[in-house]
Amino acid sequence: MEILVCVKRVPTVGGAITLTADRRAIDTKASGFTISPHEECAVEEAVRLVERFGGSVTVATLGPVAAEEQLRACLALGASAAVLVETEPGVEVGPIATAAALHSVAAGGAFDLVLLGNEASDTGDYQVGIRLAHLLGWPVATGIKALPVDDAGGSGSSVSASRTYRGVLETFALPLPCVVTVKEGINLPRYPSLPGRLRAKRAPITRVPGPDGASDGAAQSAQSAQSAQSVGDVRMTSLRVPDAPKKQATVLGQGAAAVPKLVDVLVELGVVS
Amino acid sequence: MTVFCLIEVDGAAGAGGVAGVADASLRAITLARCLAASATSATSVSESAGVSGAVGGVAAVVFGGPPADEPGSAVEPGVLADLAAYGVTDVYAVSGIDGYAPLAWARVLQALLSETSGHAVVAAGTEHGNEVLAHLGAITALPMAANCTQAVDKGDGEYAIVRQRWAGLLLEEAVLDAPAALLTVATDAVAPVPAEAAATVTVHQVSPSVDGGDLAVRAVETPAGAGGASLATARVVVGGGRGVGSADGFAPLEELAALLGGVVGVSRVVTSEGWRPHTQQVGQTGTKITPDLYLACGISGAIQHIAGCSGAKNIIAINTDPAAPMMTRADYAVIGNLHEVIPALVTALRERAAPGS
Repeated sequence: MEILVCVKRVPTVGGAITLTADRRAIDTKASGFTISPHEECAVEEAVRLVERFGGSVTVATLGPVAAEEQLRACLALGASAAVLVETEPGVEVGPIATAAALHSVAAGGAFDLVLLGNEASDTGDYQVGIRLAHLLGWPVATGIKALPVDDAGGSGSSVSASRTYRGVLETFALPLPCVVTVKEGINLPRYPSLPGRLRAKRAPITRVPGPDGASDGAAQSAQSAQSAQSVGDVRMTSLRVPDAPKKQATVLGQGAAAVPKLVDVLVELGVVS
Repeated sequence: MTVFCLIEVDGAAGAGGVAGVADASLRAITLARCLAASATSATSVSESAGVSGAVGGVAAVVFGGPPADEPGSAVEPGVLADLAAYGVTDVYAVSGIDGYAPLAWARVLQALLSETSGHAVVAAGTEHGNEVLAHLGAITALPMAANCTQAVDKGDGEYAIVRQRWAGLLLEEAVLDAPAALLTVATDAVAPVPAEAAATVTVHQVSPSVDGGDLAVRAVETPAGAGGASLATARVVVGGGRGVGSADGFAPLEELAALLGGVVGVSRVVTSEGWRPHTQQVGQTGTKITPDLYLACGISGAIQHIAGCSGAKNIIAINTDPAAPMMTRADYAVIGNLHEVIPALVTALRERAAPGS
């Protein structure tokens, strides 16, 4: 089974989010980078399928050269090929343009299955997988938490993708080739092995120019790159951290001694009569 | 302008209970009404409550009715009552599509958008809402903005929106240039607000001719077992984190949740440790909750977890660490070991329910 997994480099967000001075990006001077938890599960799912049925996993990302770090992390987990669709650092590419760029990768290979995370943890657009599927003319299911597969792919094969939604188990039968976006919980991703990491260090990464033509040379101004990428997509003007209610909890007491006061509060809130 | 709003329904016919519009869809209608009102009044619209009940021109789209030529009302009375209370003037009752088929649903919305003077389609930012609107965006080549908290029509096909990034930890102010705006609504950030005056609802039957290919991906639905869906809509959630310590440690939390008529939710570390299934995870990559009370036990409060519980009306934290980040989000706190506090609380609640027994 030939599987393409699409991932995205995102900042590792730990404590409070800090923005850059122009309020158009997260300040990442002090943060590391990773891929979204949903995407870690997509990579794991792909590697497990290939371990069972043979074939190979290719991982692709749309991002700056630095995103090779995330591709190598996926190679360490069992992917065997990697494609970087290169963009200008600091330039955001919206979901329509992202799907178009990923389409050029997906259509260029003989893939049975394309896996993505349900949504990227940073922009949370909830649409790249579906737009990619429409460009490919393939069926798609999203938010999938179980993907049992019975055979190794090829013509006439199908997968059964399921999720639980509002108390109902929804199962979608999809003929291959298809696109599936998965959510955390579909599996428990493995840690990379030492041989995996060593292999990933040396593995070649295929670079292709992105929608803004970034690899064509640094001469291209960020200005034109920006205008090229924003066609059709929602245009971000600025970011802000929501005004979280700055509160400090009223301490009801220490340990079990606080229980009578706690019960009073529960009564006051109407959850205990 | 007409703003179409995709409606999800709770309590299907025959399941007992009264059918009504799902809470997430009531929130979506609230934003849809603000958007429609902004088109006429050009006034900015508040993020939360206090929204005026201006005649908004919101048209609800409800799927799942029986075919038009079969007996039975196309829309449940409880659903119609909810829609009227939220100021919806028109309901498009779509029949003939068996079950949930996202692409077929998107085709129906596409047809409604082109056949009428509609300028926007809004849905709840749920798995169905995001999925159907992403399909609609793909087949119409229109941009789609997920998890909006505000939307204002600026005229000339320009919409000013505010939407969630990082599951609501960050807000994006953005401009959407399009002949029609496709939006989903952040269900934990937009409060459901009924219209000032109930509307009179006109029901339109829609029997679309659907291409077989659009039905190829369709959900086969089976009950998921007890409690599968209740986390997102529970009124009380008892949360357990690393401080619970083990899978067995959840027994008192389950007992407390049952006493409070609620359910158990967990932090990410708990599912990573395998103590509880991922279906119970609250947070950015789990479920977003909007209970009246979230009782967070042994949860320090990583921001990915806060993203999932910031929609709670009240938060009480039980934690050994008075400096835990959760303390700056909680309304009340008990400093102490949850394994002492919760059993004592359970005993006190039992005493209260049956004194002297």
